[in-house]
Amino acid sequence: MEAVSNFLASDLFYRFRKSPVAVLAFIVTALLVLSALFAPWIAPQNPFDPGSLNLMNGFSEPGKPNQFTGETFMLGTDDQGRDVFSTILYGLRISLFVGFSAVMFAMVLGSVLGLIAGYTGGRTDTIIMRIADIQLTFPAILVALLIFGIAKGITPPSYRDEVAIWVLILAIGLSDWVQFARVVRGATLVERNKEYVQAAKLIGRKPMAIMLKHILPNTLGPVLVIATISLALAIIAEATLSFLGVGAPPTQPSLGTLIRIGQGFLFSGEYWILLYPAGTLLALALSVNLLGDWLRDALNPKLK
Amino acid sequence: MLAYVIRRVFQSIFVLLMVGLVAFSMFRFVGDPVENLLGQERTQADIERVRDQLGLNDPFPVQYVKFLGNALQGNLGVSYRQGRPVSEIIAERAPATLELAGVSALFAVVFGIGLGVFTAIRRDGFMANFIMTTSLIGVSLPTFLIGILLIYIFAVELGWLPSFGRGETVKIGGWSTGFLTESGLKAIILPAITLGLYQMTLIMRLVRSEMLEVLRADYIKFARARGLSTRAINFGHALKNTLVPVITVTGLQIGSIIAFAIITETVFQWPGVGLLFINAIQFVDIPVMAAYLMLISVMFVLINLIVDLLYFVIDPRLSAGASTRGH
Repeated sequence: MEAVSNFLASDLFYRFRKSPVAVLAFIVTALLVLSALFAPWIAPQNPFDPGSLNLMNGFSEPGKPNQFTGETFMLGTDDQGRDVFSTILYGLRISLFVGFSAVMFAMVLGSVLGLIAGYTGGRTDTIIMRIADIQLTFPAILVALLIFGIAKGITPPSYRDEVAIWVLILAIGLSDWVQFARVVRGATLVERNKEYVQAAKLIGRKPMAIMLKHILPNTLGPVLVIATISLALAIIAEATLSFLGVGAPPTQPSLGTLIRIGQGFLFSGEYWILLYPAGTLLALALSVNLLGDWLRDALNPKLK
Repeated sequence: MLAYVIRRVFQSIFVLLMVGLVAFSMFRFVGDPVENLLGQERTQADIERVRDQLGLNDPFPVQYVKFLGNALQGNLGVSYRQGRPVSEIIAERAPATLELAGVSALFAVVFGIGLGVFTAIRRDGFMANFIMTTSLIGVSLPTFLIGILLIYIFAVELGWLPSFGRGETVKIGGWSTGFLTESGLKAIILPAITLGLYQMTLIMRLVRSEMLEVLRADYIKFARARGLSTRAINFGHALKNTLVPVITVTGLQIGSIIAFAIITETVFQWPGVGLLFINAIQFVDIPVMAAYLMLISVMFVLINLIVDLLYFVIDPRLSAGASTRGH
C-alpha cells in the first residue's frame, strides 16, 4: 500500500496528471492491452474455430445485416465470414505478445552485455561494442529479416508455422539489443567509479553481485524509456514483417497479417477488412510512442 | 588525417570480412547444398563426388577464402529456386531498384530542403505549423500503411495512377528503364513518394532547425544591416551554411532508402531487388539471400566510409582533431 501512495504522491505521477497527451495515450494503450488480454471473453466469435464460422456471412458490411443470414457485424466480416472485430482482438494479442517478448529479450540481452562491457572494460568491452557498432550500421528491419530467413532455413518445413512466432520474437529482439547495451554501458561507466561501488568492492562482494545488485538498479531509468520507445518500434517491425509475408502465419494472424489479407480486398470495395486492423495498429503504435516520448522528457533531469 | 583514413579503410574491410563470414556460414550450414543440387535418386558415391567438386571436404578456412574469391569475381552461386546464376538475376533486377531509390532520394532532397526553408522562414505561420504537425504523424506511420493509403487515394478512388508494377520499360543496353514511357513515369510516382517520405521529413526537420540556428547568427544580422535582400540572405548565406549536416544525413540515408525499398517494392509489387529478397526469404533461397546481404553491406560500408571522409573535405576544422575521432 505504501508503494502505491508513494507513487501517487511522486513527481512523476504529478507530471503525468498534468499532461493530457500522456493521459490520453495511457488510456488508449491500456484499453488496447486489456481488450487483447480478455479477447476470448470480449470477442463475439472465435475467428479461428472453423465451427463457429458461416461462409454465408462473408463480406458483410459493417453495422448492416447480412443479406443471406440477417446477422449483423459491428465491423463487418472478411471473405470467410470471420468477424473483423474478433480477428482484430486476436490479432492484437499476437502483436502485443510478440512486441513485449521481443523488447524483453532485447532488454535482458542488451543490459547484460552492456553491464559486462562497461564493468569489465578492456578487450571484452571492445569486442561487444564493436559488434554493436557493426550491427548499428544496418537498419534493424534488415537485420530482423535476415535472422528470420536464416532461422527459417534451419527449421524443418513442417515446424515452420509452429515456431514462426518465436522466430519473430528472436529476430526482432536480436535486431534491437544494441540500444540497451549502449545505454547500460554508458551508465555503468559512470556508476562503477562511484563510492558505493568502491565500498562494495572493499567489503568483498563478487563482481556479479556488484553488477546486478548495485549498478543495474541505477541504470534502470533510461532503460525503461528505451524499452517503451522500443515497444512501439517492435510492434511496427512485427507488423511490417508480417505484412511482407515473412512473419506471423495466416493460422495465427497478427495485425500485420490482417492488413496483408485486407490489402487484397481494397480494389473490390471491401475497405473494412483493411481499414479497421490498420486503424488499430496505428492507434497502438502512436499511443505507445507518445507514452515513450513523454516518459523520456519526464525522466530527463535536464528538462526539470 | 592519413592515419585516420587508413584506419577507417581497415575497419571497413574488417566489417566486410565479417559479413562475408556470415554469408558463407549461411551457404555452408543453412540447408544442405548437396541435397539441393542432387535429386531424390542419388547414391553415396554421387554425394561424395559432388562434395569433392564443391570443395566441401576442404578445411573451413580454405572454403571461406575460396568463397570470398568467387564473390569478388562476381560469382555469387546459383539460385536454388530459379536455377540461374544469382549475379544474372540481380543484374536484371537492379535497374528497377536503383531508379526507384534515385527518384525517392531526389524527391526527399528537393521537397525536404524546400519545405525546411519554408517552415524556418515562416516559423509562426499557419502553413508552417500545419506542415510540421502533419510531418510528425507521417513519421509515426509505418511505411507500408503510407503505401496502402496512397494506393487507396490515387489508384482506387481517383484512378489517376497505377497501383502496382513498373509500367512499360525500354531496354538500353543491359539496363531497362521506365523513364522513357508515360506508363513507366506514372508508375514510379507513388512508390517514390512512399519510399522518400520518411527521408523527406528527416531532411525537412534538419534544414529547419539548422536554418533557425543560423538565422540567429551575427553574420546574418550584419548582412541585414548591409541592406542585402531577404532572398539573398536566406538562400545565399543562411541555406548555404546549413548544407554540411544535410549532405551527411542525405548520404547516410541512401543506404536506408535501398534497404527500405524492400517494403515499398512489396506494397507496389515493384520488380526490384528488394522484392527478390523477400521472395528468397519466403522460399529459403539461401544463395539469393546471401548475395543480397553481401551487396547491401558493401553499399552501406562504402557510403559510411565516403561520408566519414567527406567530413574532412567539407569541414576543415575536423582535420585538426583527427587523432581524437573514430574510436
